[in-house]
Amino acid sequence: MIELGLELTERDGWAVLAVSGEVDVATAPRLRERLVGLVGEGRTRIVVDLEKVDFIDSTGLGVLVGALKRVRTNEGDLALVCTGPRILKVFEITGLTKVFAIHRSVDEATVSA
Amino acid sequence: MKDDVVHLRVPAQPEYLALVRMVIAGTARIDPLLDDERVDDLRVIVSEACTNAIEALRVRAHDQGIDPAALDSTIAIECHLSSSRVEVIIADEGGGFDPDDLDALPAVTDPSRLRIERGLGIPLIRALSDEAEITSGPEGTRVRVVLDAEAPVST
Repeated sequence: MIELGLELTERDGWAVLAVSGEVDVATAPRLRERLVGLVGEGRTRIVVDLEKVDFIDSTGLGVLVGALKRVRTNEGDLALVCTGPRILKVFEITGLTKVFAIHRSVDEATVSA
Repeated sequence: MKDDVVHLRVPAQPEYLALVRMVIAGTARIDPLLDDERVDDLRVIVSEACTNAIEALRVRAHDQGIDPAALDSTIAIECHLSSSRVEVIIADEGGGFDPDDLDALPAVTDPSRLRIERGLGIPLIRALSDEAEITSGPEGTRVRVVLDAEAPVST
């Protein structure tokens, strides 16, 4: 089983989900389940922290797009924290940097959003 | 450097994907022909191609009303190393899709695009490779990509 770390903390009314490891077709269902669960609990202001993610592909991106859609239909918001060039690159190529608010730190995400 | 080929065949199941990425990235680092960033590109490419194969198998299993693992389907990966480039071929065993259909998707910035959580894989494969060729038919889908070495070795 591939490790996918999911650590939830709270910051100024935001649910901050720190993800670590590799997000692909094997692990993305766990991330999706966690995000769906948060929205189900009424947590619709979510920061997904990708700083400790070593790898993400389109399956992982799809989960994040799905979560964004889900929080928006519940009048919430979803922001990302990501500074790693290899992770940012897949967001840039797919045009998703225009879809997501991508911040440099959890502080920046929770203050500005 | 002579042309070397590494062959890998894995069950078409999600839990083998990390292994495939590790082996192909490790292979591309032999010599090394590609810098770290291009090796990362290759990891994404291989992951996308294998994911498509796994998804195609899921669709086929669903159509037949059986568990995907029961199909005993595999993905064959070949990694060719030469002095100037790395060529990788990823081939599955059927249940293909039409890569040309992808043009029908709205742009990612279009709000309606949020309804579609898939379809980003093939654009990534094309964008991250120097050459990409995707062919699909009843016998399976074959993805061939080439990543050129930054500075070709002089002969």
